[in-house]
Amino acid sequence: MPISGSEIVKMLPGRKPCKDCGFPTCFAFAMKLATGGASLDKCPYLSPEVKAKLEDLLAPAIKLVTIGTGDNKVQVGNEEVIYRHEKTYIHPPGIGILVSDKEEERKADEKIKKVKELQFPWVGLILKAELLALQFESGNKDRYLSLVRKAAQSGLGLILISRDLDVLFAARDLCADQRPLLYPITKENLDQAIPRIKEKPTPLGVYGEGIEGLIPLTKKLKEAGVDELLLDPGSKNILDAIRDQTFIRRAALKQGFRPLGYPTIAFPCFMGKDGLKEILTASVFINKFASVIILSDFDQYTLLPLLVQRLNIYTDPRFPMAVEEKYYEIGTPDENSPVLITSNWALTYFIVSSAIEATKIPSYLCVKDTEGLGVLTGWAAGKFTGDSVGAMVKKSGIESKVKHKKIVIPGRVARIKGELEDALPGWEVVVGPREAAGIGAFLPEYAKSLRK
Amino acid sequence: MEYKAPVEAYKGVVREVTIGKGDKVLKIGGENILPLHFFDEGSMPNPPKFALEVLDMEPTEKIPHLLEPFGNAISDPIQWAKKCETFGVDAICLTLLSTDPAEKDSPADQAAQLVKRMVSEIKKPLIVYGSGDEKKDAEVLPMVAQICAGENLLIGPVQKENFEVVGKAILENGHVAIAQSPLDINLLKELNVKLCKFLPPERVVIDPLSSALGYGIEYSFSLIERVKQIGIITKDSMTMMPIVANLGDECWKTKQAKENETQGLLWEGITALSLYLAGANLLILRHPETLKLIKETIGGNGRWPS
Ligand code: SF4
Repeated sequence: MPISGSEIVKMLPGRKPCKDCGFPTCFAFAMKLATGGASLDKCPYLSPEVKAKLEDLLAPAIKLVTIGTGDNKVQVGNEEVIYRHEKTYIHPPGIGILVSDKEEERKADEKIKKVKELQFPWVGLILKAELLALQFESGNKDRYLSLVRKAAQSGLGLILISRDLDVLFAARDLCADQRPLLYPITKENLDQAIPRIKEKPTPLGVYGEGIEGLIPLTKKLKEAGVDELLLDPGSKNILDAIRDQTFIRRAALKQGFRPLGYPTIAFPCFMGKDGLKEILTASVFINKFASVIILSDFDQYTLLPLLVQRLNIYTDPRFPMAVEEKYYEIGTPDENSPVLITSNWALTYFIVSSAIEATKIPSYLCVKDTEGLGVLTGWAAGKFTGDSVGAMVKKSGIESKVKHKKIVIPGRVARIKGELEDALPGWEVVVGPREAAGIGAFLPEYAKSLRK
Repeated sequence: MEYKAPVEAYKGVVREVTIGKGDKVLKIGGENILPLHFFDEGSMPNPPKFALEVLDMEPTEKIPHLLEPFGNAISDPIQWAKKCETFGVDAICLTLLSTDPAEKDSPADQAAQLVKRMVSEIKKPLIVYGSGDEKKDAEVLPMVAQICAGENLLIGPVQKENFEVVGKAILENGHVAIAQSPLDINLLKELNVKLCKFLPPERVVIDPLSSALGYGIEYSFSLIERVKQIGIITKDSMTMMPIVANLGDECWKTKQAKENETQGLLWEGITALSLYLAGANLLILRHPETLKLIKETIGGNGRWPS
């Protein structure tokens, strides 16, 4: 429930427009504040009380929380919508692995290595997990601290898990400058924990029995000046999880209820589902608002699907994903390999390149910038015309890569053939299949004809 | 400020659609809450249902970990369907792939005879998908509808190019139509408006086209979510139909599903679960293990509030 400019202006000093804020009137300044385009500090005449009140009113409905530092930091929160089609989701959830100090050292090392090293190239991006959750279970403080020390060296974002506060804060002291998340802060340990938290503030994971259990905890922490929090309502199963996550998101966004205005943390690793069911549980949390998701384990085959899902769900629906304009090599093409062209909507590129790859015929795929539109819509918008495609082909340098001068265009835009041939003197334009699905039947024969 | 649980109530209700007859019927839709929102006011009388897909010809591409659960049955569509029934499905989906001019271009009456035999031999309600070639489907699907008159099959895809002839055959022979349009809410509503001029809306199910994880799932996800919300929240009559997500084949076409079994199961599983959470009422899968995994994941320790 964002506050409006007209409500803000009532609280501004209203000095006969002094313009010291850089705006012509208090009202203009207020309007800018409401949309997040200006900072309160610009008006020098606000009383501290009014300033504090406005700061609170202008704060995002869901707090921004940062775990870790530098390249490995995970930033979550600040979400503005319940459903992605309303606008977009903003900060994808951090995904991590649980390492217990009860596990054999070899196993623990392996898990740390997995988070560091499992990386997947995907449509021009690198997908990876980013968090290590370290659980104190052995009862042996030194053992836990040595695990924390080792994990801290990885530079990854850390989540420290211990019910023993003494152990928790000792671990925190080893890596406080790396902004670890401490978990769990509960109604039992809250009072004891607050003074220790304030020594070196870091983000906290607050655990409550259900949503009602969380509210008094976050209120108290906020009063104590601590508010980088992640919420764990302790949902026991998928149905409860969907309820809790939905209520928290609605309360924050629709009711403007501050005590629940924080991102959430989910532990599929503690929900009693094994193997692939744990991964599927995590996938529900990706769809349903969780901001940090911890798994008991993963490998390359279980992690990639989750990372792709996270990427897809957090893609901004207002801007189609696009790939760079250039020619791409599929396999190791040579001077007799086919040259095809398509648009730069990531999905089009992806489907066409996969279809080519499946034929196992090394090829060149030229990608024309259509500002992320598909081939046909790109043509309709004037971004996949014969002239512009011709210019792209010339500029790309593909001409020097092949002996033949033949280019395959998508069947859906067969109509640009003539225009393209005019734009590319000496080239023959071949009309390919209408759908990527037809490439399997088309390409092998066509490639053969090029080698004759 | 006191906390008051943000419970919501809506005015729209998804139409309840019945498929099959006699002792093999399946009801989908009927809910006035968003997927699994049992905490809101309203109910979901029919939890989303699952079908496994069978092809009318032996798959040309043999993915070992996809076909293994069916053994030799894949060489005979009826045996394949019977095998599916042992995996706890709610329905069987028969895809008449062989009729595709780009496949075998097999004749309409042959396909229709197979559908008829399958109806008599299986114990679950039947969904029939044509090849998707709108011209050929305009021959094949009306013949299926006629030969299986009165069986109340779920038949599609009915597309804007062939809705008149296919829709009429569905109406006259007592079946339910799958109205399919490509990932666009306006096209989808337009087709429903045209169809509902002669077909009762209780006999229409929406197929907005399902894309696989990594290959456009975000479009299907948000479209299904919107269709469901426009139906339930704003009570738009032309989107208050149950939604079918035919996703199995899309998933198993991907390189990622083909190259590794675990990855394949998750590819199909995450796609299905996402579209389930978006609002699909009927999900069509390929692998029986995916079906089992999803049921057990959602299960909530066997709790399903009614
Ligand atoms: S500086 Fe403050 S008082 Fe002056 S115009 Fe701006 S908002 Fe108004």
